[in-house]
Amino acid sequence: MPNIQPLDRIGIARRIAEDIPEGWFVNLGIGIPTGVSDHVPHDREVIFHAENGVIGMGPSPPPDAVNPYLISAGVQPITLRTGGSFVHHADSFAIARGGHLDLCVLGAFEVSETGDIANWARSPNEPVRQIGGAMDLAIGAKRVWVAMEHVTKEGASRIVRYCSYPLTAKGVVRRVYTNLAVLDVTPRGFMVRDIVPGLTFEALQACSEAKLHLET
Amino acid sequence: MINKIVHSMAEAMSGIEDGATILVGGFGDVGAPAALLEGLAEQGARDLEIIIVAAGRDGSKIERLVALGRIRKMVCSFVRPASLAGRLFQQGRLDIEVVPQGTLAERIRAGGAGIEAFFTPTAADTIIAEGRETRVINGKNCLLEYPLRGDVALVEAWQADRWGNLAYRESARNLNPVMATAAATTIAMTRHVVGLGDIPPEQVHTPGPFVHRVVHVPE
Repeated sequence: MPNIQPLDRIGIARRIAEDIPEGWFVNLGIGIPTGVSDHVPHDREVIFHAENGVIGMGPSPPPDAVNPYLISAGVQPITLRTGGSFVHHADSFAIARGGHLDLCVLGAFEVSETGDIANWARSPNEPVRQIGGAMDLAIGAKRVWVAMEHVTKEGASRIVRYCSYPLTAKGVVRRVYTNLAVLDVTPRGFMVRDIVPGLTFEALQACSEAKLHLET
Repeated sequence: MINKIVHSMAEAMSGIEDGATILVGGFGDVGAPAALLEGLAEQGARDLEIIIVAAGRDGSKIERLVALGRIRKMVCSFVRPASLAGRLFQQGRLDIEVVPQGTLAERIRAGGAGIEAFFTPTAADTIIAEGRETRVINGKNCLLEYPLRGDVALVEAWQADRWGNLAYRESARNLNPVMATAAATTIAMTRHVVGLGDIPPEQVHTPGPFVHRVVHVPE
């Protein structure tokens, strides 16, 4: 095997941050996506939204400067950037559902070649449900990107023809960033945009259940 | 003279009946009306339906009412399986309806605004929609949703005056102003009671007519 260099979780977040242009209004989901904001250069103005009504979310404060009235949607202490503002929950989800976000980055269990996303339940029979805001964000944002490991711990592909887990939304994902590659969801299916150094297209295809395409 | 300020928790909680539907503001502990939930526990109403963003977070302020067996049903967006509410649900001792968070907020907003139903693409293509009415509108598959209203809303404000005008602090706003519009009786706890006119009119987040009782709970 050649020397393959898969990205770690922070590496995936950093790779996504590179692709977010100045001026975008962005929501970051829980998990790998949460780390994206740490890697956007400070001189690039990107406005981060948190579902609990924060517009212009800034980085975590040092422990001695925590404001108990200022938290993220992940219930972590945050700061507010100059120019930021607060809205109530219905307006915050009007932002999410009304097409006002340029981008939402979500974690996922699986993404299908038609852009379906499954990220909230591992089985339709799960007795207790944690839905949160993912369904609202997934249908409402102008673009949905997904950040996830390419395969599960058991080695199963998360890049699939059809999702086997319950859907969060249908046909919404535009791009997937994994530890191995960047894939665009196109009318032809998954188009490979980028592969980590040392990994061939054939090797990437071998750990992807859905068919992958190369730009010709 | 209009004066909505009450001088005891018992007065704030008076008249809440068994079987009432209660909207509870807050996200995490931020903006959660902790003292009002304690007051409700003391007041003793039972068989309650609670509408709240998160039902089962260990150590959350709603957990005491769950533990006391006062709650019949919860409508929420999050419930951890291992939490008390999650465990009681799995034992069939508590009814829980879990809805997408934006749908939860919009159903409450609709309740307060006199909207009797709306269609949204959220969850329309998911198992949440099974057995329910969907319709394709503007090319999008949409799910029919109904409003949520309460007999009582419990909210936490930063500042309030005797008319019941409220201002919230930072991200403690969250569901509080939405819920304040959607209940027959809205009860606000406030960290500060201020004079009428002291909250600049442009900075009143919930105008007094939405609020029925104000109780001062200093930090």
